Amino acid sequence: MTPPPRTEERVDCSHCGLPVPAGRVEIGAEEQFCCGGCRIVFQTLRSSGLGEDYYALRARFDDASGAEPARATGRSYEAYDRETFQDEHVRRIPGPDGAPGLAQVDLLLEGVRCAACVWLVERLPKLIPGVVEVRLRMRDARVTIVYSPEHVALSRIARELDALGYPAHPPGAEEQRELARRAERGHLIRMGVAAVCAGNAMLVAFALYSGREGGIDPSHAALFRWTGLALGWLSILWPGRTFLRGAWAALRTGTGHLDLPIAIALVAGALAGTWNTVTGRGEAYFDSLTVLVFLLLVGRYVQARQQRWAADAVDLTRALTPASCRVVREAGTPRESTEEVTLDELAVGDVVEVRPGEPFPADGVLESGRSRVDRALLSGESEPVAVEPGDDVHAGTQNVASVVRMRVAEVGASSRVGRLMGLVEEGLAHKPPIQRLTDRIAGVFVVVVCGLGVANFLLWSVRADLATAIDHTVALLIVACPCALGLATPLTLAVAVGRAARSGLLVKDAAVFERLVRRGRLLLDKTGTLTHGEPRLVQWTGDPAARADVAAVEAHSNHPIARALVRDLEEYARPGVRAAELEERLDGGVAGTVEERRVRVGSLEHLAAHGHALAPALRPEADAMESRGESVVGVAYDGRPDGVVALASLADSPRPDAAAVVDSLVARGWSPEVLSGDVDGAVDRVAGAVGIEHAWGRVEPEGKLERVRALQAKGEVVWMVGDGVNDAAALAAADVGVAVHGGAEASLAAADVYASRPGLAPLEELADLSGRTMRTIQRNLGLSFTYNAAGITLAMLGLMDPLVAAILMPISSASVLVLAMLSLGRRSRSRASTSGDAPETSSGPGQRTFERALPGI
Amino acid sequence: MSVIYIVLPLALVLGGAALAAFLWAVRRGQFDDLDTPAIRMVLEDDVENDR
Repeated sequence: MTPPPRTEERVDCSHCGLPVPAGRVEIGAEEQFCCGGCRIVFQTLRSSGLGEDYYALRARFDDASGAEPARATGRSYEAYDRETFQDEHVRRIPGPDGAPGLAQVDLLLEGVRCAACVWLVERLPKLIPGVVEVRLRMRDARVTIVYSPEHVALSRIARELDALGYPAHPPGAEEQRELARRAERGHLIRMGVAAVCAGNAMLVAFALYSGREGGIDPSHAALFRWTGLALGWLSILWPGRTFLRGAWAALRTGTGHLDLPIAIALVAGALAGTWNTVTGRGEAYFDSLTVLVFLLLVGRYVQARQQRWAADAVDLTRALTPASCRVVREAGTPRESTEEVTLDELAVGDVVEVRPGEPFPADGVLESGRSRVDRALLSGESEPVAVEPGDDVHAGTQNVASVVRMRVAEVGASSRVGRLMGLVEEGLAHKPPIQRLTDRIAGVFVVVVCGLGVANFLLWSVRADLATAIDHTVALLIVACPCALGLATPLTLAVAVGRAARSGLLVKDAAVFERLVRRGRLLLDKTGTLTHGEPRLVQWTGDPAARADVAAVEAHSNHPIARALVRDLEEYARPGVRAAELEERLDGGVAGTVEERRVRVGSLEHLAAHGHALAPALRPEADAMESRGESVVGVAYDGRPDGVVALASLADSPRPDAAAVVDSLVARGWSPEVLSGDVDGAVDRVAGAVGIEHAWGRVEPEGKLERVRALQAKGEVVWMVGDGVNDAAALAAADVGVAVHGGAEASLAAADVYASRPGLAPLEELADLSGRTMRTIQRNLGLSFTYNAAGITLAMLGLMDPLVAAILMPISSASVLVLAMLSLGRRSRSRASTSGDAPETSSGPGQRTFERALPGI
Repeated sequence: MSVIYIVLPLALVLGGAALAAFLWAVRRGQFDDLDTPAIRMVLEDDVENDR
């Protein structure tokens, strides 16, 4: 029997709109759901009477809102009610006159994507009595909840958010966030002060300029000059202090810095302007100076903001890793109970229950249960390892097969992950410093300008008098200020960070763009980076009709092999056909009844134990699969004599785009190498498949870090790409570290760039974007220097009028900006036309990239 | 005495007042979130009898 061709219309999930897997379709039901999460959310919404409005609103925004299935986890969140959590995260607001007060808490939410989410989350006070106010901030998916602890428990609020499809997580790194927030406010305040000074200084300067033509009362002129003087000094001493401080630091360390020429112009202009104001002759330069301060601050603010946005998105991804676990109290006694605790509360000696699909919270020893452990993120091994009571398990690995209990032996810094994090810090400390291109140029620039200034001064004091010489030299110093450069470079970098985010790359440090235009060594991790990090169906041999039955039987299993089979056999599944009487066995087998056939899927040993022998015809196939290092799964029907009717082989195969991306990066001058913790055979196979010559297997985390340092010692630029905890130290030490989609929290924290989109294509885009960004910056440099050269020439000839300077400066800034924007605009159009193979890259507004920053857990 | 002696300080006072308002808003955190208010504004308010 062959499976019927799929002529049925695709069934969409009633909540998220994604196609419903055939094995989950319920014939005749009005609502269809792709997963349990969507069902819970849909039912919660309908029972609360918010469903209709929510779906209408979401349809109106027509966003990518339905792109992911809802993830209602059904956790109890009881840890949120305990004192340790409350003390750390909940702020009390005392009520008036001894009345019971309110409490305020910040939580990070998973799954926030569009305006409808804001609407829904902020309706929480209607759903739960006792919740006073809810504000959701979309940028970092942070919700601030004010509630009355007398009336409602925090866990109840968290459960409700969870049921709406927004699992809540406690925010981490508060001090850092507070610092960043203060820094951003400081930026805004300086910008505001600079804007008021610049506006009013221009006002009085205009009066003076027009007075020069039309005549002006000397007492009025003096008033204008003194007002300009006050505004100018205010601007330089308050907002402009940033530049003076930067320049001072650069002077002390003897390095070049962009702040240096800026500070020279500011100080020279202000001193000369003050002298001229006091003596009542010559020109005051305060209009140009204040505008200069303002424009430069705008550029820096925009860059800082964009940068922080990218860092926030990465932080959010990190915060979304589960931070709680279930501790079994009084294990083994009749009074046994489980309790949800946060990881901070976990103590040595606790017994923790870990369900399939959950990570182990700490290092310890398995107490009861047998399972398989996926250690890909910790060690790079691609095959899950079988564990039984007495075996060590480590934090950062994942339980795959069945519920187990472990006794905690190490927590925090002394655990294996903790020690690896120590290694990350070591890696960061050794990260080679980079002197920014603009700073290097600024260093040379300052020397040249000072030389010209001295020459100019001497020349004019010989040709004319001292006062003229001072006048012309000050004009030269002011006009030589590289303001176009100081404005255009941060803006170009900000746009580049934004563009990178749009194609799924969160860049935490814009210096990455500069480092990547140099060529060097590309180090790639294998498991999870070059490969999917999970098994995929490689080959199917035998009865093709069995594929549909396998898909139906495995649809409800959590095992990675089952998930792989469901995903890869989905197209053969018959809609509405569901397996009944499911039975999942720990020895690696699943059985279920599909249309009255009893199907058994599992390892060959499992099938043999149930009396299904492997037909001699299939034996060579099975041997070949096993010799290739693939996992072999057999299919048999109970009550039929033909034994094993089909074989499926699964392996962690390279990503489809890996070979092409590696090729294109090699063509750009990078020499690739594979560094993996997996066994040599598997590493060589994958390296061969993607065309990389140099591959190292069984590399410990220390070994990866060592390799990075060794290459750097030889003067090579090292670009490291990885996903695991074992890569984190190397990512931190490398010149550019990229953590790929699905990576461990540690690797996200250590890397400079996080690729929030699966696959290796982002690497190619990052290399492209770096090249384009640096070309734009260089073009800006050229243009900016053309203006400066023209200005300096005019000043040296003594033709530079303050009015000309006041006009020239904004024009140069504006033209550099326009040029940057134009080249960026052209790029985005050409990109949209060439990115047909990756539909995500052509997507629109910033918020959607944010959504992609959320991990698929 | 020219009117300019009144108008110029007045302009400065107005500028200063605007600056003070801006600083107050920044310190109150009104510029911390520049994305959500734009969205919140298009969401319809609840009608009372909606409950």
